[in-house]
Amino acid sequence: MKWKTLQPHTKQNVFTFLGLGVVWVLVAVLRAQGVLTRSAAGLLVPICCYVVMALSLNLTVGIMGELSLGHAGFMGVGAFTGVVASQSLMNAVPSVPLRLLAAMLAGALFAGVFGFLIGIPVLRLRGDYLAIVTLAFGEIIKELITCLLVGVDEKGLHIIFNYKGVKGVEDLNLSPAGQVIIKGAQGATGTQTIASFTAGMLLIFVTLFIILHLIYSRTGRAIMAIRDNRIAAESVGIDVTKHKMIAFVLSAAMAGAAGALYGLNYSNLVAAKFDFNTSILVLVFVVLGGLGNMRGSIIAAVLLYVLPEALRGMRDYRMLIYAVILIAVMLTTNSPIAQSFFSRFFRFGRKGGETE
Amino acid sequence: MKKALSLVLAAAMVFALAACGGKNSDGSAAFKFGASGPLTGDAAIYGKAVMNGAQIAVDEINAKGGIQIVFNAQDDEADGEKALNAYNTLMDWGMQVMVGPVTTGSAIATSAKAFEDRTFCLTPSASSTDVTAGKDNMYQLCFTDPNQGTGSADYIAENLPGHKIAVIYRNDDAYSQGIRDTFVKEAAAMDLDIVYEGTFTKDTQTDFSVQLGKAQSEGADLLYLPIYYQPASVILAQAKSMNYAPVFFGVDGMDGILTMEGFDTSLAEGVMLLTPFAADATDDMTKSFVAEYQKRFKETPNQFAADGYDVVYVLYNALLASGCTPDMSAQDICDKLIAQMQKTSYDGLTGSGMTWGANGEVSKMPVAVVIKDGVYVSA
Repeated sequence: MKWKTLQPHTKQNVFTFLGLGVVWVLVAVLRAQGVLTRSAAGLLVPICCYVVMALSLNLTVGIMGELSLGHAGFMGVGAFTGVVASQSLMNAVPSVPLRLLAAMLAGALFAGVFGFLIGIPVLRLRGDYLAIVTLAFGEIIKELITCLLVGVDEKGLHIIFNYKGVKGVEDLNLSPAGQVIIKGAQGATGTQTIASFTAGMLLIFVTLFIILHLIYSRTGRAIMAIRDNRIAAESVGIDVTKHKMIAFVLSAAMAGAAGALYGLNYSNLVAAKFDFNTSILVLVFVVLGGLGNMRGSIIAAVLLYVLPEALRGMRDYRMLIYAVILIAVMLTTNSPIAQSFFSRFFRFGRKGGETE
Repeated sequence: MKKALSLVLAAAMVFALAACGGKNSDGSAAFKFGASGPLTGDAAIYGKAVMNGAQIAVDEINAKGGIQIVFNAQDDEADGEKALNAYNTLMDWGMQVMVGPVTTGSAIATSAKAFEDRTFCLTPSASSTDVTAGKDNMYQLCFTDPNQGTGSADYIAENLPGHKIAVIYRNDDAYSQGIRDTFVKEAAAMDLDIVYEGTFTKDTQTDFSVQLGKAQSEGADLLYLPIYYQPASVILAQAKSMNYAPVFFGVDGMDGILTMEGFDTSLAEGVMLLTPFAADATDDMTKSFVAEYQKRFKETPNQFAADGYDVVYVLYNALLASGCTPDMSAQDICDKLIAQMQKTSYDGLTGSGMTWGANGEVSKMPVAVVIKDGVYVSA
């Protein structure tokens, strides 16, 4: 197949992947040379997680056209599943990359199952019900994880659902060699941190590949047709619920994988981390990057995550300035004057087949 | 086009700020003390108090001459993820010893990394045992959660026997849950009679009528509150309005209730609490610290400020006593301090004769105080 005969959007996507690859190599080289500061190196894994979160949320919000306000809930499910999987497979799978892979797959699977369960009733409805239900889901899952006591010993996993709050770690009846993985409100402590930048980049590649592949497939076109005009889509025989379900479960599963990677990057993880604020943070990445624009999501997630860290020099005014910048970006990107001004400098831009 | 614009704008900001990010170009005769704690967000009151207290101590030491201290406080928003970012930033800066992290979750997240790097940390207020467990470089200045839980149970068994006890605690908070767990365990051992346990979460800490009503109907006449003072103030007000007057017993999180804005201190009359620091103690050290704090920050220091102050002095004294010099690496300092800490005894704002065990936990006496006429009186 010749380069010239390729579809414009295919060229665009090749460039996106190439760009990601270049960044990956560049960062890896800088890191190997010791040029990267510790603080920069420490940001790499969380950035990868948030990029995958933004990409997966963009699938729901941008491509499927439904608002989801509980994306961090799926991340939380994935994170705690991943931590439990990794800690309990410690002896069975000594290889770190394999264990990380297993943890991410487990995280994706569990988050996907939760996505499916939510989707069964909600995706049949019209209107903003998904936003309401995912908002509630995010809060409920946080409370549920807070009630969990999980430990592991040679006999297997011990799980207590401590909904009255009166049980403690000793009720798990672990053998002396056992280890407590999740301690209710105290969260998962003592996790072996096995997440790596390489795994993060691979996850971004896989996520992006799945999403782009979906968008330009028959299924993806059906999903976007439903977004643009549900009645017209139904009239040509598209099964609305099925297609929405595909997009939503995929989105949840990818968030779960990102969560597993995130959870395994920190030795301490509490459920309160995955609250409404985190969901909104990811939504901000998606909205500022452009609905349906995958490349935009990646760039927005990276920049907006790095920004508060780069602002540390501003001391107490850090968060204030961060907020001002957010507002400024939102206002200027919506202003026609600013847009025409900047379009003179950046001729390339909208010519591709991106679905903005 | 949106993305190109946001990219340019943000990049411009990043570079502009990176350029003005401060670099400390002072001479080599200064120790670099790094600190991380929440300076923004819900828990900012604790982080700010610690940093203010620590800053006073640093200024006092620097004013005396001799080996100086450079102090760098970073915001971690009481979030493990941000705490690691703050820690990495401090390490880039060249931190030699760490004051903090202030909150438990952040401290646990940071401790694994600090243990790998061999950075010595003395936390003013992260009270969970998970902070120090298995890590020889982590030390605590505050009581551990189990220490407070067992301490309260022992105190109640000895001084307030025969009461029916109700416990109200926040079950999505590591601090509150941790103290409750050890309290209940010790209470069972001491044969205390716990008739009711009520829980709440961050999202439900504005109304306690259900928990209080339940405690009242179970006949509890001692209410144990291992929680922070904001929810405690709501509990006190609601209990009063329903004419429920048990003995209220709190822990160090209750400290600060008297200085809370808009709080009617008459509600706290008769409240007992275990705290290492009382701002109206009459010794000279406390008096001068409180006066200086009020002058600078226009408020009465709470326990966290005193913790921050003590941490800086403990670290500084230990550094000098172990013969550390500012040109040493963080790893070398860490090894020397670990050896030194177990020999250290320190009289500070938050207790006299503080000593440390090899597990990093402090040993000092918890002091029970009771609030009378708006001030702490020893119980």
